Amino acid sequence: MPALFSMIKGDSKANRIAKWLVSGPPLLFLLVFFVAPSLIMLFTSLRFPGEFGGLAPIAAPAGAVHGEYGLTLETYQFFFSDILYAEIFLKSFAVAATSTLICLVMAYPLALLIARSEKRFRNLMVLLVVLPFASNFLIRIYAWMIILGPESVFSHFINTVLGVFGIAPVTLLFSSFAVLVGMVYVHLPFMVLPLYTNLEKHDPALLDAAQDLGANAWQRFWRVTWPLSLPGVFSGSALVFIPVLGMFAVPDILGGTGDILIGNLIKDQFLGTRDWPFGSTLSIMLTLAVLAITALAAWFARPAAIPKR
Amino acid sequence: MRRSNIWLWSAAALAYAFLYIPLIIVVVYSFNDSKLNAEWVGFTLSWYVALFNNQEMLIAARNSLIIAVSASFLATILGTMAGLAIHRYKLKFLPVLAFTPVAMPEILLGVALLLFFLQVLNLTLGMVSIIIAHTTFCIGFVAIIVRARLQGMDESIFEAARDLGASPWQTFRLITLPLIMPAVVAGALMSFTLSIDDFVITFFTKGVGEPILPIQIYTMIKVAVTPEVNAISTLLMLLTLTMIIIAAKLDSGILRREAK
Repeated sequence: MPALFSMIKGDSKANRIAKWLVSGPPLLFLLVFFVAPSLIMLFTSLRFPGEFGGLAPIAAPAGAVHGEYGLTLETYQFFFSDILYAEIFLKSFAVAATSTLICLVMAYPLALLIARSEKRFRNLMVLLVVLPFASNFLIRIYAWMIILGPESVFSHFINTVLGVFGIAPVTLLFSSFAVLVGMVYVHLPFMVLPLYTNLEKHDPALLDAAQDLGANAWQRFWRVTWPLSLPGVFSGSALVFIPVLGMFAVPDILGGTGDILIGNLIKDQFLGTRDWPFGSTLSIMLTLAVLAITALAAWFARPAAIPKR
Repeated sequence: MRRSNIWLWSAAALAYAFLYIPLIIVVVYSFNDSKLNAEWVGFTLSWYVALFNNQEMLIAARNSLIIAVSASFLATILGTMAGLAIHRYKLKFLPVLAFTPVAMPEILLGVALLLFFLQVLNLTLGMVSIIIAHTTFCIGFVAIIVRARLQGMDESIFEAARDLGASPWQTFRLITLPLIMPAVVAGALMSFTLSIDDFVITFFTKGVGEPILPIQIYTMIKVAVTPEVNAISTLLMLLTLTMIIIAAKLDSGILRREAK
């Protein structure tokens, strides 16, 4: 039947016109404003920086004897020659992995509770997770500036507790700790939603069966619910890991001078030192990292990878 | 079973508290009669008064509104087309183009567009560049919502329309569009919120002339924190909350009609 329908569709000239009328405009827009810019970014990474920011010309200027023009792999050599950049990439991966793990630990019980609640409460509970996410991104970061600030009730409390144990007072704001808190706060709903969507589909009969067969609560979770939820765990993890990897606003606002991640490095190349080729190179490296993570998450989440018990 | 439920409830309660307490603090301090976000001194509306006397902030709000309306308008049309095309024609290329900007770190799109605008289009950065940039990442969100709605529908409705002699345009206008309308409206509202909210891509594609809301907020946070930030935050939360309630009302109204 489907083959027959597609044949009828294919035969109709009106349908073919309709197809291009519908898909043409978005396709064109995205080719111009997404594909072309991405290619330009790749191309820029192969060029020399200009003397006063921007780019050096591609063709030799008339009468030029020396100077930098044309294409080069110099920025890539530079990236791999300085250990500093590898360290910043590693640190960004570590921050992304830690944030993802904390999000998972916080989101899993919440998603499980929502999935096991009565049907009529579920939508409201999901809405309550998404609602704070609808408030402005900067405001959500700013809120933690207040909470972690040196004058805040929370800081006083933490430092009083530390004082009892004879530990010197700590500054919470402008630290790696603050960065981690901000990252988790901004991305938590990304973890809850895919987990909930997965857990909601589980058949409760499986748990009853496990109980009948003598499995205790922990075994029911570890051997039934958890393995079944792995696709949700992987897609949620990718949804947190990837944006954290490229995030510059959270370290920029909540971090200290040492908390520079890939995103801050890229931002500085464009709006600080104005080294476009190196900024593009860093962006290309980030793109490669994101592609690798996506492929990895897809590979882990494939149905065959989920253990059958 | 009972004991594990208590564990679940307390873990979930903690997560909800973690989500809401920071926002409540921002709102509360917007009414605090003190320049510091520390002690509660007394109730005041002076931060709101200061906000409405801040000329640059008002211009920024107007600019952001213009950008959000234009970008969500463009993204809704293009995104709806993309959603329809992806669902109907099983294209391979279009979904990749539409969904990748949604999935990748925002900074990459910001950087790529910055280079493109300056090098290729020779465009002076400003409102136009921001509108284009916001449209680019909103298309994917609209397409996802519209396609999800189409996937839940019975294909035979469209076949019936075709069998009864409707042209593709008639099928679209009389059958498809009314059916996907809730998704289109939801997509438009979502694009509007995403655009008003967006900081990263705006940061890279903004010009120097016009103040834009998220950039103003960023400058205030970075340079001099006053409770004026809390006031603008509270107002923005109120705006998005209203949008969400409208969207929810629309959606439930449609659900009720379907149930009949």
